[in-house]
Amino acid sequence: MEINNEHLKDLENEAIFVMREVAAQFENKVLLFSGGKDSIVLVHLARKAFWPSKIPFSLLHIDTGHNFEETLHFRDDLAKEFGAELIVRYVQDSIDKGRVTEEQGINASRNKAQSVTLLDAIEELKIDVAIGGGRRDEEKARAKERFFSHRNEFGQWDPKNQRPELWNIFNGRKHMGEHFRVFPISNWTELDVWQYILNEKIKLPELYYTHRRKIFNRNGVFLAWAPFMQLKPNETVIEADVRCRTIGDITCTGVTLSQAQSLEEIVTEIAATRVTERGGRYDDKRSEAAMEDRKKEGYF
Amino acid sequence: MKLNGNNKNKSLLRFTTAGSVDDGKSTLIGRLLYDSKSIFEDQIDQIVQSGKRLGREELDLSLLTDGLRAEREQGITIDVAYRYFATPSRKFIIADTPGHIQYTRNMVTGASTADLAVILIDARKGVLEQTIRHSYIASLLDIRHVVFCINKMDMVNYNEEVYNKIKADLGRISVKLQIENPDYIPISAKYGDNVVDHSEEMKWYNGKTFLRYIETVEIKKNKNPEHPRFPVQTIIRPHSHEFHDYRGYAGRVASGIFSTGDEIVILPSMQRSKIKSIDLFDRNLQNASAGESVTITLEDEIDVSRGDMFVTPGDLPAISHDIELMVCWFNEKPLNPSGRYIVRNYSNESGCVIKSVDHRVNINTLEKETEDLTVRMNDIARIRIRSSKPLCVDQYKRNNITGSVILIDEVTNETLAAGMVVMSA
Repeated sequence: MEINNEHLKDLENEAIFVMREVAAQFENKVLLFSGGKDSIVLVHLARKAFWPSKIPFSLLHIDTGHNFEETLHFRDDLAKEFGAELIVRYVQDSIDKGRVTEEQGINASRNKAQSVTLLDAIEELKIDVAIGGGRRDEEKARAKERFFSHRNEFGQWDPKNQRPELWNIFNGRKHMGEHFRVFPISNWTELDVWQYILNEKIKLPELYYTHRRKIFNRNGVFLAWAPFMQLKPNETVIEADVRCRTIGDITCTGVTLSQAQSLEEIVTEIAATRVTERGGRYDDKRSEAAMEDRKKEGYF
Repeated sequence: MKLNGNNKNKSLLRFTTAGSVDDGKSTLIGRLLYDSKSIFEDQIDQIVQSGKRLGREELDLSLLTDGLRAEREQGITIDVAYRYFATPSRKFIIADTPGHIQYTRNMVTGASTADLAVILIDARKGVLEQTIRHSYIASLLDIRHVVFCINKMDMVNYNEEVYNKIKADLGRISVKLQIENPDYIPISAKYGDNVVDHSEEMKWYNGKTFLRYIETVEIKKNKNPEHPRFPVQTIIRPHSHEFHDYRGYAGRVASGIFSTGDEIVILPSMQRSKIKSIDLFDRNLQNASAGESVTITLEDEIDVSRGDMFVTPGDLPAISHDIELMVCWFNEKPLNPSGRYIVRNYSNESGCVIKSVDHRVNINTLEKETEDLTVRMNDIARIRIRSSKPLCVDQYKRNNITGSVILIDEVTNETLAAGMVVMSA
């Protein structure tokens, strides 16, 4: 199927431009890789941007320890295929070192704790730029992000003090100890990402495709069941055909009931959908300004 | 949204919204998304919940775009918020920008990549100082299209005379600002009149609705199709077994068209060569035009760095140490007339000093002020700088990529100002 989307070409050109700016302006560069579709698209874009050289970024994965097995395998295979260095840092290690406390209770998740592990990794590896797959359409606080987002020496994001970003001139100058987060696909919507994946025939983890899984319903969101998750008295585990629209770790990834069997069908389902992508993210539901608060603490 | 032929050549329009606080920008965008059914159900739930929490009575659509905690509480827009939606023929990127004086820098940010400026006016108040300021910025940044939306028509009884008077005032301002062929639409963002559907209350208006307007307005790309410009971003040298001698210059074509075999001049060194290949991933392209990110290889082995630019012979930009700029100052610290700054022009960077401040622009009267030449935050002024390296620039009105610069503070690294190259007579 030939999709003739001029706007996708514009978006691709823009993303490649941004990545090349990163390569030119910074020394220790990583691409934050989660195994999710956005980070996979980023790796694909990076390959296009620097061909025939190898991707000049290491892939950094902050592993909560609660990931889907499939995501981890996919991550390893991808790194090997692209000849990219893979660096993994574990939230479990941060917990063991006492850098962060494990959340307790029914809604416990290691999502927030990732920020600590990430910032520690940035300091340890002297990273001066981390490329992420954040998009502005995802969420309120992300809607305000720049392409080049300055973080202070504490890794914090200050929404009141963002650098002006004019035309396509990106100012990545910084002091020692500071770093930047860069978001090349800021202007892509969820649908754009899927159409691009379809166009470019990009390989994705099986989780994105319909499969049978044990799930339960919590507050209107279907979550994948795993042995370490605590259930409330009224929650029951059922088996259903589902796919993931967005993948965080198991504790916060909502799954969608689906019958879509191919990538084309998935894209058609998404195009017709009435709920946003992150509407399935349990970590965002915690409070009104959940994302904003996490970003201020150094989250992605 | 179907994935078949309906999506052929879907274009991309970037527009910015401007106006004073309370003019209803956020409500307009919220209304647009709501009426065109681009809002997802969980987002509507969210704003209903937020509205209840904040004690708002009616469905407050501005809550859709006011994302930051402080904004939701105060009810104003602090930063640029980007919203996305699409119709079958077009994808839209909306930069919703603040009306407050304190945040002019964010408005300029949102406007710098816009194809269209949407300027809102409160029908009860007419033209305000901020209207003039934002219209001026739209003109200065050479945004191709401007549409004035005269909003809150519901509060002036949908009166045609009120609309016409404001339209006439705006017409005079547009002439003064050299805004060509602006458009005007009377709307009520709150009740949806002329936003997506034609207004029952304003049968006297026969123009397009706002949605129809933005769907059909022409996107003028390639401002300068005849003047090829390729700024070099980075060099690609694999040194690998398969590509041992490969040396590619990666960048994004700023304007014009480059073709394989073209003779080019490399600036600022003035060396010459021929294009050997134009690559994108593993494909060879015959041509590359404005906006395309590609990698160019040359016939000759020449020393080329980031910041250099490829052009075609006989079609050179100005190469000079002395540049004249219209600047918009962003920083709390005013421009220092004996200051040293860093000037960044596409991928080229140089140290510079301020040679002179010619005048400031009085936003209210649009007159040139020569008495007080201190350039403060939100001021717009004409200045001259002298750079240590030669800069290769075009007039901003002819090429917004090679004609735009930013000034950076050497010490704090902040972006201090946006500059547009003008030429002395």
